[in-house]
Amino acid sequence: MRIFLGIFVFLCVATVSIFGIRGTKFTEPPLYVFPDMDDQEKYRPQGENTFYQNRMDDRPVVPGTIARGSSWETAKVFNEDFNYAQADNPELYTGKTRSGEWVRGFPVEVNHALMELGQQKYTIFCQVCHSAIGDGDGITKQYGVATTLSYHDDRLRDMAEGEIFNTITHGKNTMSGYGEKLRPEERWAVIAYLRALQRAQNGTLDDVPTPFKKELLESLQAPAQDSTPADEPETTQEDDSSTQAESTE
Amino acid sequence: MANIFPKWSNFVPIKIILGIGLVVTAVVAGITYYGTPKYMRVGYQPIQPVPFDHNIHVEQLGMDCRYCHTYVDRSEHSNVPSTNTCMNCHSQVLTDSQALAPVRESAESGEPIPWVRIHKTPDFVYFNHSVHVNRGISCVECHGQVNEMQTVYHAKSLSMSFCLDCHRHPEKSIRPVDEVYNLNWEASSPKEQEEMGKRFVHDWKINPPLSCSGCHR
Repeated sequence: MRIFLGIFVFLCVATVSIFGIRGTKFTEPPLYVFPDMDDQEKYRPQGENTFYQNRMDDRPVVPGTIARGSSWETAKVFNEDFNYAQADNPELYTGKTRSGEWVRGFPVEVNHALMELGQQKYTIFCQVCHSAIGDGDGITKQYGVATTLSYHDDRLRDMAEGEIFNTITHGKNTMSGYGEKLRPEERWAVIAYLRALQRAQNGTLDDVPTPFKKELLESLQAPAQDSTPADEPETTQEDDSSTQAESTE
Repeated sequence: MANIFPKWSNFVPIKIILGIGLVVTAVVAGITYYGTPKYMRVGYQPIQPVPFDHNIHVEQLGMDCRYCHTYVDRSEHSNVPSTNTCMNCHSQVLTDSQALAPVRESAESGEPIPWVRIHKTPDFVYFNHSVHVNRGISCVECHGQVNEMQTVYHAKSLSMSFCLDCHRHPEKSIRPVDEVYNLNWEASSPKEQEEMGKRFVHDWKINPPLSCSGCHR
């Protein structure tokens, strides 16, 4: 019995010292004692594939082809009446009119919801370089992205919305395209928000709605306040026009 | 008549029972402790081809999860960013860094960077990222404090009971939709979380599936 207990205790101690405790960091792939059907021979998003040369499950778009919708119903997609959305509404998808000119104005309805969407997407994708107020002084400037432009000059204020759309989609100079990350509607929303930023940075005291004017003038007399540009578009407008008004007067 | 069995044999059955009892207890305890994903998977921290640091990108630069994991809110699959996404900045930032050499090679050749997958549900589990993040379940609930990780590791077990715990009591984990990508967000108190969670579950008509076919197909 004594020998048995000795071996028992030894084995327990050995197990704990070999396997350690839960939560310890390790770099080797986890062991599967019963793999069951955990790993199946099927294509997964971004999966690895030994059959294709570039080892990807995801197949690239065949050059010279265009996607005809993402519907599973082949009858619908290959129907003669199928409308290729891009051909139907080039303004929305390319920023150009049928005759090839840049669109001015928006091919979507500009409302509060669109503005909020634009603000959200701008904050995610644009703010890191272009900064929250669009002056091109985003956080990446400190790390070496030196060529980011400010939106606040006459060239960009007068630029057609369609041309901005094209820049977002395909990129320009050192900026890469964001067409894969943003849907067309989202790109238009970002442009709407960008226009709001431009307006806010170029505003005067006259742009401030009367109910807020008194408050603004009072706050100008108070010591410099901290402006929070990432709030509601309206708030941004007021905050920023306050700094603008300061400089014009 | 002499004794057939010596006196010590009286204790043999008890000793055997005791011995078996000990061994069975130890084996059951061992398997319970070591045989589940809480031990097998938690802490998995593979060496990645590029030592990407989430802490720098999220906490220091203030980037949103969706800058890179763009399709998490519209797809079942939360994508690992393409090399293009890295190159949006790293074509200009740290252009001669040795650590980023695989990224530049990948951008030039078009070959993907062989990132090592850490979190993986079995292939018969159909987890959908978008339905979770769009209904107030933050990244942090399943992936831990990724925003603070210099090297990502498997933080939660992702076992079936882990899923079911939350599916049975979603009010404990649900949060305002605006705060889903703010991994540092916390309700002011557990009571507040409970009340707010119950409200969201009711208002958004949250009804997490508990049947097999909810996740298994």
